[in-house]
Amino acid sequence: MKKTLLVVLASLLMPAFAVAQGKVKVGVSIPTADHGWTGGINWWAQKAIKDWKAKDPNVEFLLVTADNPQKQVSDVEDLMSKGINALVILAHDSAPLTPVVKKAFDKGIYVVSVDRGLTEKAENVYIAGDNPGLGAQSAEWMGKALGGKGDIVVLEGIPCVINTERVEAFKAVMSKKYPGIKILDSQPAYWDTQKGLQIMENYLQKYKKIDAVWAQDDDVLIGVLQAYKESKRNDVKIMLGGAGSKIMIKKVMEGDPLVKADVTYPPNMIATGITLGVYGAQNKGVPGFYQGPAKIVVAADLITKENAKKYYVPESVF
Amino acid sequence: MAVALPQARKFLLDRQRLQGLMPLVALVVLFVVSAMISRSVGYGREFLQPGNLLNILRQSSYSGIVALGMTFVIIGGGIDLSVGSMMAFVGVLAVATLNAGGGGYGAVALAAATAIALGAALGTANGVIITKGRIAPFIVTLGSMSIFRSLALWQRQGGMIQSQSDVYEPIGSSSMLGIPTPVWIWILLAVAASVLLNRTRYGRHICAVGSNEKVAQYSAIHVDRARIISYAIVGAMVGVSAVLWTARLNSMSSTNFGKDVELDTIAAAVIGGTPLTGGRGSIWGTVIGAIILGMINNMLNMAGVDVYLQGTVKGLVIIAAVLIQRKL
Repeated sequence: MKKTLLVVLASLLMPAFAVAQGKVKVGVSIPTADHGWTGGINWWAQKAIKDWKAKDPNVEFLLVTADNPQKQVSDVEDLMSKGINALVILAHDSAPLTPVVKKAFDKGIYVVSVDRGLTEKAENVYIAGDNPGLGAQSAEWMGKALGGKGDIVVLEGIPCVINTERVEAFKAVMSKKYPGIKILDSQPAYWDTQKGLQIMENYLQKYKKIDAVWAQDDDVLIGVLQAYKESKRNDVKIMLGGAGSKIMIKKVMEGDPLVKADVTYPPNMIATGITLGVYGAQNKGVPGFYQGPAKIVVAADLITKENAKKYYVPESVF
Repeated sequence: MAVALPQARKFLLDRQRLQGLMPLVALVVLFVVSAMISRSVGYGREFLQPGNLLNILRQSSYSGIVALGMTFVIIGGGIDLSVGSMMAFVGVLAVATLNAGGGGYGAVALAAATAIALGAALGTANGVIITKGRIAPFIVTLGSMSIFRSLALWQRQGGMIQSQSDVYEPIGSSSMLGIPTPVWIWILLAVAASVLLNRTRYGRHICAVGSNEKVAQYSAIHVDRARIISYAIVGAMVGVSAVLWTARLNSMSSTNFGKDVELDTIAAAVIGGTPLTGGRGSIWGTVIGAIILGMINNMLNMAGVDVYLQGTVKGLVIIAAVLIQRKL
């Protein structure tokens, strides 16, 4: 009996010891890989964890993936009961995740919210890609490359806020700065290669002359390029995807006649988020920052032949 | 003439025959309506172009091939939710085989054989667990749906796989006599499936099993075997479809390749007049059901229907197509 008690006591004290030695736990909750970009998120999360483990043995990581918001809520609850010091979360959806993340935040867990913001303040740092920036940057480049004149078609993503922000920013720039460019059509391809192929086939039937295509996503662009190739037409001058997958960056690098640029929406933001989470858990400041950041927006960079090499990560899955 | 007329009337009034023709009627109605809607927005000519109609056929063929197998499963009183994920898993291994084999014509043949054999094997596994384990097909294939997707993701770590072959993609986007290769393969497989269902002992057995399992058993039909074979058939069809799709795209994403195929194939069979309760069904009905689904998608694009409302239109057309048949 005494022995058992001792063991129980010892095991109760263990975590306390661990903390005393500066050991911290970082929970990472992300969506399952349900399209190319989230595949990239999963890869970069694992890479960041591997990199940190090699750098600092005193950080423990708990990585969980969820295929819907309901599962993600229970994931976060599980992480909390495992005693995490920091939570890095890319929410499936803002509204359903906000209450549980707020609970963690109120308990004093350092929260890093990535990409999909929460509906109320429940995080220490918010890091995200620039959705309106992606749309605007794409429109700026395409408008200039077309000389301000031409007929274009758009392939949208999954109908949701992110997609709307991108498409509206794109259309706003076009109508304000390039009134000579006409958007013929705008249909959802769900960030999916197979759907992209089918929509492009339909566009090619519907319109006799298309000057440029904005696919908004590099996975979709694979399907678009295939449909165009099969049509044996030669009217399209520009094909622009988005997000910066290694396949498309390689095309830009090699001087593809159609794919001359790309705009980033880098999944490596989750890796940066994990780094912020580690510093937060250790109660350290971010190196180089005299005061910690509250909001970080990762730029929607324009990739062209000149700078493509900088963005090319051949070992990444995305 | 006097003899032929009553015969013709009898032919037309035969209820079962009439019901068999209803999917076709639904397709014709949808075609006319689609053409009219496209015309009203100024794209009537574009919709009716042979190129566009061939696109619809090709876009329907990939799911349509799987739907042929799904018809057998549903006739036998089962369901297979795992086909979409299976397509991803089989597709990953097919492209990997192709690349490992050097990417020549021999490697393409090997990849195709691997895909079909693997699909049939996975389907058989589903069937064996369902029949011998006495678990509802919905649950077993829900489980294997999760397993196959996860294995595909694990294989590629959530990324893509690209073929390194110079001949694979030309096969996937090729045509014969102006008709895309996947459509040819779909037609040939539909003929074979139709013969299997209507002209062979197996066809009669699977109908008997689905219509009344007990009676089938007392009639000395191997109920389990008939069911397992139906899952093997749909698995093999998944293999064929996976090869045709990956060849066309010369690549595939482990994350969303084959997504929603289970829903499209089940819908195609039901629209085509195969009841979910099993016991009977029609291969050509399923083919028409798949074309109806493909035509809806095409029409939504042609008509430029609001992005958020497309799902509503699609859902209404599916329900209406089935309703037309039931109301008879």
